Amino acid sequence: MSSSVLFDAQGPRARTASAIGNVIAAVAVLAGLAWITSVLYEKGQFAPTLWQNAVSAEAWQFYYLPGLQNTLRSALFATVGAIAFGVIFGIGRLSHNRAVRSVSGVVVEFFRAVPVLLMMIFFYMFFSAQAQWISDRPFAAVVVALILYNGSVIAELVRAGVGNLPKGQGEAGLAIGLTRSQTLRSIQLPQALVAMLPAIVSQLVVVLKDSALGQIILYPELLRSAQILSSKEQNPLQALVVVAIVFIIINWLLTFAAHRLAKLLSSRTAGATVEGTGIGNPTAAGGFVGGGPGPTAT
Amino acid sequence: MDDFFSGFAELFTQYDVLGAFWVNIQLTFWAALLSLFLGTVLALMRISPIASLQWAGTAYVTIFRNTPLTIILTFTYLVLFSQLGLSLSENLNTTFYWYAVLGLAVYHAAFVCEAIRSGVNTVPVGQAEAARAIGLSFLPAARMVILPQAFRGAIAPLGNTLIALLKNSTVAVAASVATETSSLMRTMIEFRPDLMVAIFLLFAVGFVILVIPIGLGTTWLSQRLAVKR
Repeated sequence: MSSSVLFDAQGPRARTASAIGNVIAAVAVLAGLAWITSVLYEKGQFAPTLWQNAVSAEAWQFYYLPGLQNTLRSALFATVGAIAFGVIFGIGRLSHNRAVRSVSGVVVEFFRAVPVLLMMIFFYMFFSAQAQWISDRPFAAVVVALILYNGSVIAELVRAGVGNLPKGQGEAGLAIGLTRSQTLRSIQLPQALVAMLPAIVSQLVVVLKDSALGQIILYPELLRSAQILSSKEQNPLQALVVVAIVFIIINWLLTFAAHRLAKLLSSRTAGATVEGTGIGNPTAAGGFVGGGPGPTAT
Repeated sequence: MDDFFSGFAELFTQYDVLGAFWVNIQLTFWAALLSLFLGTVLALMRISPIASLQWAGTAYVTIFRNTPLTIILTFTYLVLFSQLGLSLSENLNTTFYWYAVLGLAVYHAAFVCEAIRSGVNTVPVGQAEAARAIGLSFLPAARMVILPQAFRGAIAPLGNTLIALLKNSTVAVAASVATETSSLMRTMIEFRPDLMVAIFLLFAVGFVILVIPIGLGTTWLSQRLAVKR
């Protein structure tokens, strides 16, 4: 691991130096935190009512929990849609038909390069103007934008997952008389899907984080409900801190689950299981999965 | 078809599309510089032998990597500015602009840190052992032996982070930066709903044009500069 690259078991002198450094660093970090705390204190941000209103039962009942429900609802729909989109276009990119391959490639590269927020705003305004039969247009816009972006990332994961399988797998399929698409469908894809499962779980972190962009088109997700609460109670700092902690806990648990899953599944597939990065950018999948075919970093 | 193209020409003359992209590019530039610095410091903290620094670095990365950027940028506007009254300049727009830079940098520093750490992992342990054997302590070993190679190994993930940063600069609208692309796109669609799809494509293609060279460039660089082992 990285921490052991630069130093190994320390001798007595290094241990003393480390201990002294440790104390100095701890004091410096604590001093920084104390300084921030004192600034906040002077500005009256530790007034008990501000915090009480931010964590009260009413705040949870009327603001955070409904908001969290909307966040999770959009994330759930977006994840299911993104997996479907990703598998379809991932297979499309692996197709032996040149037209299918290039169309899928253009679709995937396009939606990975366009900021999710631009898509959200566009679909929101598009649905408002052209599709008024959709009853919950902010929700639809959030979900569609998240599906297009994360679906493209998953499509790259599918491609890289199949690329990471040992070559012999495909050859064996052909040798027993399957066609290339049968080989892909019945041998390579199931294994690649197992190998990419942890990365999909990591991608959920991105979906959840990006769902907070819905606040900008007034989708009543968690951040948006915190803002409404804070404009009523005048406690944006406290409300945002509560919401941030909720996000951090959920996402940290997902990252942890992805990590465990990667370990668990590594014996179940011939391909390498990867956790993914949870970064929310167009290239993380390709770049980190590594060894995937083609120009993975665009 | 003629209508379609004249529509584009009209959009360009009526709205400062290139100016909006330029704002995003500038935001990206300053935030990239700041997050590269901050991320390198954090990476050094995480790989250092000092436990409290490791702990602080890990806490930073865990917190900021799992918080939505929208929250961080909303925080700069709603809390730093409105509540704490920390004004960076007489001019409101300048203040919001630098808050957005700060928010973007603080968020992406966590990813820069992880990118550099993944680069450090590409350096064989033997090199660190050799560095110690010739009498270098932690900082000189990191500076002269490990980091130069780590940066080369980190180019691809750093490129990914840069692309994410460029795309995320559109979220600056949450920090009240009203001159960047997502705000302008929204304004344009409001006033010209007839050209809605053309407007979206204009901005989308703009980002494709910006993002793809960065991806190709960093892939090329990472292959060219890869330390052959």
